Amino acid sequence: MPAKNFASTRYSSLDQITTDNVKQLQLAWSFSTGVLRGHEAAPLVVGSTMYVVTPYPNLLYALDLSRPGAPLKWTYDPSPVLASQGVACCDLVNRGAAYWNGKIYYNTLDAHTVAVDSRSGKEVWKTKVGDINRGESITMAPLVVKGKVLVGNSGGEFGIRGWLTALDGESGKLAWRAYTTGPDKDVLIGPRFKPFYAQDRGKDLGVSTWPGDAWKIGGGGVWGWISYDPELDLIYYGTANPGPWNPDVRPGDNKFTAAMFARDPDTGEAIWTYQWSPHDLYDHDGVNELVLLDLPIDGQVRKVLVRPERNGYMYVLDRATGEVLSADPYGFITTSTGIDLKTGRPIAVPDKAPQTGKVVRGICPAAPGTKDWQPSSYSPRTKLLYVPHQNLCQDMEGTEANYIAGTPYVAAMVKMYAGPGGHRGELTAWDPVARKAVWKIKERFPVWSGTVVTAGDVVFYGTMEGWFKALDARTGKELWRFKTGSGIIGQPVVYRAPDGKQYVAVLSGVGGWAGAVVAGGLDIRDSSAALGFVNAMKDLPQATTKGGMLYAFALP
Amino acid sequence: MRLRFRRRADRRTGGLALALLLAAVASALSACEREERNFRGIPRAASTGMPPVRQTELQPGPPVRNAPAYGPYQENAYGVSQGKTLYNQFNCSGCHFQGGGGIGPPLMDADWIYGSRPENVFESITEGRPNGMPSYGGKIVNDQVWQLVAYVRSMSGLLRKDVAPGRSDDMQVRPQEQSTDKAKPVQSAIPKSAELP
Repeated sequence: MPAKNFASTRYSSLDQITTDNVKQLQLAWSFSTGVLRGHEAAPLVVGSTMYVVTPYPNLLYALDLSRPGAPLKWTYDPSPVLASQGVACCDLVNRGAAYWNGKIYYNTLDAHTVAVDSRSGKEVWKTKVGDINRGESITMAPLVVKGKVLVGNSGGEFGIRGWLTALDGESGKLAWRAYTTGPDKDVLIGPRFKPFYAQDRGKDLGVSTWPGDAWKIGGGGVWGWISYDPELDLIYYGTANPGPWNPDVRPGDNKFTAAMFARDPDTGEAIWTYQWSPHDLYDHDGVNELVLLDLPIDGQVRKVLVRPERNGYMYVLDRATGEVLSADPYGFITTSTGIDLKTGRPIAVPDKAPQTGKVVRGICPAAPGTKDWQPSSYSPRTKLLYVPHQNLCQDMEGTEANYIAGTPYVAAMVKMYAGPGGHRGELTAWDPVARKAVWKIKERFPVWSGTVVTAGDVVFYGTMEGWFKALDARTGKELWRFKTGSGIIGQPVVYRAPDGKQYVAVLSGVGGWAGAVVAGGLDIRDSSAALGFVNAMKDLPQATTKGGMLYAFALP
Repeated sequence: MRLRFRRRADRRTGGLALALLLAAVASALSACEREERNFRGIPRAASTGMPPVRQTELQPGPPVRNAPAYGPYQENAYGVSQGKTLYNQFNCSGCHFQGGGGIGPPLMDADWIYGSRPENVFESITEGRPNGMPSYGGKIVNDQVWQLVAYVRSMSGLLRKDVAPGRSDDMQVRPQEQSTDKAKPVQSAIPKSAELP
């Protein structure tokens, strides 16, 4: 799985590459994907084979790690519908594949899930799970838990109705589907549902916290990360922004968008929920990674989940109950002054609420939040969380909303720019027990790549200019860097190859929402282009060009 | 109409009055020419017996000259303004934004994948295009499609400056269409999104 383990720590116990020898790291081999869109996936290593999923057209490459230069074994082409390119909000990305029981599972942009035989590259099954004519697409990496492939939809900018679906890993048949909005029977809320906060209890809140039938097109996709605790036997995942962005047309808390769920993986039943941003005003999807840790909190070890949330707060929740234990800012915030731990709600700044026909300036963090999809890593050695994120603010105006199925449903004009300091990216090493940043690295562009940390106390990440960097996990000191061909927005991975050596690999290939200006060839004269992200990235076309390439590094 | 009128006029007042009236009618008609109104809706190009809409310079045999560009509202400020409103209402702006692009390609630059002539743009909107452009044919009345076509062409400065919109009702995010320099259309090979390995 892309997140290394069910707890999503992205920690590798390999220790050949250390802070002392990492400066000798060199390129072992590379592989061109032939695709020019944003490469957000994590290469997946199973045995002696590496599997790489490309952005649309979602090719799956199998590379033979047992032979010099890792030659291509086979390619699988799912041939996604061309028109699906028209319903993907933010470039045509794919975040990777998962492995279970001899099969590679991943999702295609046109809302299908495929299972491919990991040896032969032959398709085992292909299931249509969504409909592009309703604005649904899929970009997330699935997670396989107890033989079920967990898959969620994208399309919060297209008026979709979000869901998480479990498919039987052997047959591809639908086991259960849990909607984000709607009546309790659709959200799979039953007698076992015990949310911690009073506001989340009540009948059919997924209907009553919306005006009329707005919940049917209210967004709340599930395009981010899923974690699993085998002891509690619960899966955890977040739900995306409500639609449209203009909040005036959807008064109410808009449950259960911009929230998270704990569910039983066998049945999908909801156990508890927590809403990060009730009645979200800023496209603050609640889909970021949930890192499951056992941490000493006030003198006792508790089972928690740590969440660097889009709204700017680093949350620590009790993962058995859903109680918020702490929530501290890890970036610059003007939209709220804190999280009320009694109610669990953010304390909003009314002046920063966007309205129809009124431009509100200085909204921080911007729509992609303090951190977007790009996953953090956690080292049990340093006890720090390595958080790749951005430093962006925006101006925003609500506009007229028109729902037309299969077309965007956003109703807002946005213009983003750098936050205080002028740098647009940061990498923060966060101590979740002391609840503070230990060190920070500033980057010119958003740090849109994931991070990975090793037992050699080295943190790897990439920049949108194309630098792949190694840092000392304790101090943040840069130890090594390599310039790849294009900007890096992928997830670096660490593995041991059949030759016994430790490798670190990453996909280079700029794009994603942040890199859409390059990947889509956009015109920088329009500040609102790509949902306003182009305004903050006008200099990216000078800094990098597109092109997907996999790089693998090792010690000599 | 005119014949009946003439007969009546002859009977009542004679030739001089008729001449005066005809002169008045003629001058009134010529004054109307700038803003032609069509109340019956405007058919799509292909159904009017017009030459085919071509996507390429290359023709087998001796080239047949293209018909003059066809498209109402290209010189009609009101129609372009309506097009701008429709552009947002039909969610064109959701993909192409205010011309810079995002999900769909930019519309304010010089690149045209499927042709820059009004009839090309009309076909793009109604037929849709394979790499993500939805087919709006039958979903928007043709008259409004032509207004959209005129507005889309104004985004890259292809319309006269006194016809292109000069202000926006929302947050200003780009130079006004009126002050956008004409981007000489360049044929672009394929959508940037469709570059397949």
